[in-house]
Amino acid sequence: MKKLNKPCRISQLSDKIAKPLLFGMALTAFSITVLIAFFIFQQGLPVLGEYGIWNILTGKSWRPTEGIYGILPMIAGTFYVTFLALAIGVPFGLATAVFLAELATEKTARIIRPAIELLAGIPSVIYGLFGMVVINEAMRFIEREILAGVLPPEYRWGYSILSGGMVLAIMILPTIINISEDAIRAVPRSYKEGALALGSSHIQTILQVILPSAKSGIISAVILAMGRALGETMALIMVIGNVPMLPRHGILSLFAPAATLTGTIALEMGYAGPEHRAALFMIGVVLFCIIALLNSFAMAATRRGVGK
Amino acid sequence: MLTKPKDRKELLINGFLWAAAFLAVAILVFILGYIILKGMGHVDLEFLTQKPRKMGSEGGIFPIIIGTVYFVFLTILTAAPLGVGTAIYLNEYTREGKITRIIRFGTELLAGIPSIIFGLFGYAFFVVLLHDYTQGWSLVSGALTATCMILPTLVRASEEALKTVPRSYREGSLALGANKWQTIYKVVLPSALPGILTGIILSIGRAICETAALLLTLGGSLLMPESIFHGARTLSMHLYMVAMETGNMDVAFGTGVVLIAIILLINFTANYAIKKLVARNR
Repeated sequence: MKKLNKPCRISQLSDKIAKPLLFGMALTAFSITVLIAFFIFQQGLPVLGEYGIWNILTGKSWRPTEGIYGILPMIAGTFYVTFLALAIGVPFGLATAVFLAELATEKTARIIRPAIELLAGIPSVIYGLFGMVVINEAMRFIEREILAGVLPPEYRWGYSILSGGMVLAIMILPTIINISEDAIRAVPRSYKEGALALGSSHIQTILQVILPSAKSGIISAVILAMGRALGETMALIMVIGNVPMLPRHGILSLFAPAATLTGTIALEMGYAGPEHRAALFMIGVVLFCIIALLNSFAMAATRRGVGK
Repeated sequence: MLTKPKDRKELLINGFLWAAAFLAVAILVFILGYIILKGMGHVDLEFLTQKPRKMGSEGGIFPIIIGTVYFVFLTILTAAPLGVGTAIYLNEYTREGKITRIIRFGTELLAGIPSIIFGLFGYAFFVVLLHDYTQGWSLVSGALTATCMILPTLVRASEEALKTVPRSYREGSLALGANKWQTIYKVVLPSALPGILTGIILSIGRAICETAALLLTLGGSLLMPESIFHGARTLSMHLYMVAMETGNMDVAFGTGVVLIAIILLINFTANYAIKKLVARNR
């Protein structure tokens, strides 16, 4: 009897310890989010208070050595590149998703799907390297040979918003494709069958029945892709030129070098003095708020999708 | 039969859909092919086993490979127990309710935060505030920062794996007199293990890809890391730093080839594991 008692006690003990221990782990996982928000705001808010939110958000020059912290050029750069990436990536990704869900045979899908997966797994520095060498070389050629007459001289280095947009468009493809494909597949079969029974062709059914029904899923795909694009750092540093200046040549601004919020932090943290460092944390606060806003849109979109 | 103009429009759309899908594959092949072709010639035994010289613009990448291995190992060592533990708690110990919703919301939020923000956090918390414990820029600081980043992936993958374990297993074990922890430890976890391992493999991939957050926390030293309290750099970081700071593209492409080889290996392993899983569950 005594011999049997001992292992029992150990197992009882571990059973008792397990729950609080695991709860502690879960709590740690949760508290990381809180800690991140706390530290970014704690370090960044003082600068925001000292110089005034409005001055910083609308300030056109970023000269940290002189204590001038205007981040409008970086906000503009970030959003230009992001919207350009969405403009290229969303139609392209959506078409691929429709193809995978509606047209592809099992065999074709078996080639394309792993490729998309791999596209998502490639490090952003590889995309950056590719953009830096291949896309920027092509851009330099276009800027110097074809558009040399129209472009201002500072737009001839290949590093440009357009390069950034193209690289980023490739990088957000997997997000758009995977989520929209799920959304398209979630459309009830009966919708499709009804449309086909009424005499619509397959393409008509896709355009007029399936895509509208998958709308909320597609919107959340776009929002998530946008979040990915806003947060991307390395690939953009390598192709965009990192010049914090507002582009002001209309459509030609596509060829302008620019800087992003994320890239400025990554590039300047290495050598920044104390106040400059605080200013970079302030950029982190702005980025954090943009992402949080976007996430709440995404949540609202999914909730509406579920409600329907 | 269909009328002609409609027919033509449909053909056009059809063609666009096909073209988009194949262009996606073509882009992947082009990017990987270009980097491999450009860098392949630079990768030899010497490149893999020598120390870098002149800020990495010459010589090999041996210390960087070792640094990457240390970093990944350390990251998984902290992230795996935390992620799996959280998943077990969420899936086995609580019913869907307020607490689980808050915890899950927190980890989901974590997934949407840009990596540079993790970098800022890691810098302020691990590098500066916990300097006495992490020695500032070091493998420890970098690994802990990366742990925060891969946690959401790990928690979600482990939860999915735990959900596939049939209820009857747990009931059978409990009916035989095992207590809750014994059931989890000896019945549930072993059956969920392949799924959890797949999650861990994918997390390793993510850790290797990461660069931005590590720029602010890992230190970027080119020397062989003597301990986990020394700085290091990973392959991704090295690629970036060599390409941007020294301009020697040969080394950058060579590093890119090694990086791509590792990523391909991880992807194939994960796919193989998933296929095995699907076959077993059938």
